[in-house]
Amino acid sequence: MTAQFNRFGAAVGWLLPVVILLAWEAMSRLGVITENVLPAPTEVFAAFLRVLQSGDLARNIGVSSWRALTGLAIGGSIGFALGLANGLSLFSRNITDTTLQMVRNVPHLALIPLVILWFGIDEGAKLFLVALGVFFPIYVNTLLGIQTVDPQLIEMGRTYGMDRRALFLRVILPGALPSIFVGLRYALGIMWLTLIVAETISASSGLGYMAMQAREFLMIDVVVLSILIYALLGKLADSFVRLLERVCLQWHPAFQKTVRT
Amino acid sequence: MAKPQLRSIDTAIAPAPPAFSFQGVSRNFGAKSVLSNIDLSVPQGQFVAIIGKSGCGKSTLLRLLAGLDQPDGGTISRAEAEPGQSGIRIMFQEPRLLPWARVVDNVAVGLTGLAGKAEAKARAHDLLARVGLAGRDGEWPSVLSGGQRQRVALARALIGQPSVLALDEPLGALDALTRIEMQHLLGRIWQTQGFTAVLVTHDVAEAVILADRVIVLDAGKVALDLAIPLPRPRRHGHPDLAVYEQKILAQLFGDEAV
Repeated sequence: MTAQFNRFGAAVGWLLPVVILLAWEAMSRLGVITENVLPAPTEVFAAFLRVLQSGDLARNIGVSSWRALTGLAIGGSIGFALGLANGLSLFSRNITDTTLQMVRNVPHLALIPLVILWFGIDEGAKLFLVALGVFFPIYVNTLLGIQTVDPQLIEMGRTYGMDRRALFLRVILPGALPSIFVGLRYALGIMWLTLIVAETISASSGLGYMAMQAREFLMIDVVVLSILIYALLGKLADSFVRLLERVCLQWHPAFQKTVRT
Repeated sequence: MAKPQLRSIDTAIAPAPPAFSFQGVSRNFGAKSVLSNIDLSVPQGQFVAIIGKSGCGKSTLLRLLAGLDQPDGGTISRAEAEPGQSGIRIMFQEPRLLPWARVVDNVAVGLTGLAGKAEAKARAHDLLARVGLAGRDGEWPSVLSGGQRQRVALARALIGQPSVLALDEPLGALDALTRIEMQHLLGRIWQTQGFTAVLVTHDVAEAVILADRVIVLDAGKVALDLAIPLPRPRRHGHPDLAVYEQKILAQLFGDEAV
């Protein structure tokens, strides 16, 4: 593939959303889609300007992003730490892994009633759910990444006199990194999903709350706007991780621009 | 770096002190005896090839020598390494390069604990030129060919100036032409560096062209210990080599096969 084709390939990804948007606008104008089912994109855009000017949008995006990232930081770092511990120490794995695998099979959103009882509708409830949701993909993939590091490379490191620290930093962690990134991308998806559900059910601010408020006043344009913003935020988070991958996994053949033999 | 020195048959005349020796070494895996009662003494600077059919115990012998495995009986003694040098280095059949480290950093792995970062990099740079990879310092291993990766692995093994270099079929996975190229490189570097080389191989021609001495292992025992006192550089297809190849093949397969 040439570089030119790659540039075209990246742009072509946006072609389909634009076509859908145009078709949607056209059908709304022709009356095929009635306004109380789905407002036209131009009306959604008008709603966007309205909530932007009132400051609601920025405030709610800010609140939701803060919750999402804080939850990710808490759950992600615990998952990462436990993944490392269980990947490196059989003792630690024997003690915790069975329990973790059992908890993993409980859908974390099923805990919402319990979480509301514990935390009310405070920030704590949202953070707890997000943290729990992102914990497992990061834990499982960190553990898997460490377990699948090539044992021949570890033996090589030992024969060259690497101590435990050097072995971890130069062989095990870099070897586990591609898998850890997979976990992070899964976690980001779960992060938004969990937050939206939590905010829709119990919140007094945030994007989910904004959408629920709008529903009560039958402002479908704002509801649709909220959904579009979720899509954009999700895409943004994914793009960020892709960027990180390109920086951290330069060595990986999948991330190299030119391949020679 | 060691000064270039001439040697070939004169090592046989005035034997150097042993680089390592095996005394009555045995190794069993479960009930199966892989090596039994091996006695082997290799003088410093000698190039020994160990040859045998699959499962004859040749790789086990090398792993014991490198300390990757422990014998069930007998003792292995190795000469002390000089300060700043690595004692024994092993080169595997696979290059085992770190895919996430650039070529120069992979070579510098060979100086772990022996030199600082800057010095290791500078020496790695020099050594890459000597294995024919000048200017490839900043590449990722994934863009190199199989032969080039094995050159990097050789550079990594040599950078610590080992007293013994153990080679576990390092050229086995290469194509025939690259293999001949690598044999020349290995022979040249051995002649200038002065380390003891132990090459495990299943290629009789390779053993004869490189080694001072060929050990044939059969069923965990030394079946033949043959000196190859031919001058160097040796050339593939030379009739003198063929005589030794015949002897080794006859030992491996009996008379009927060859």
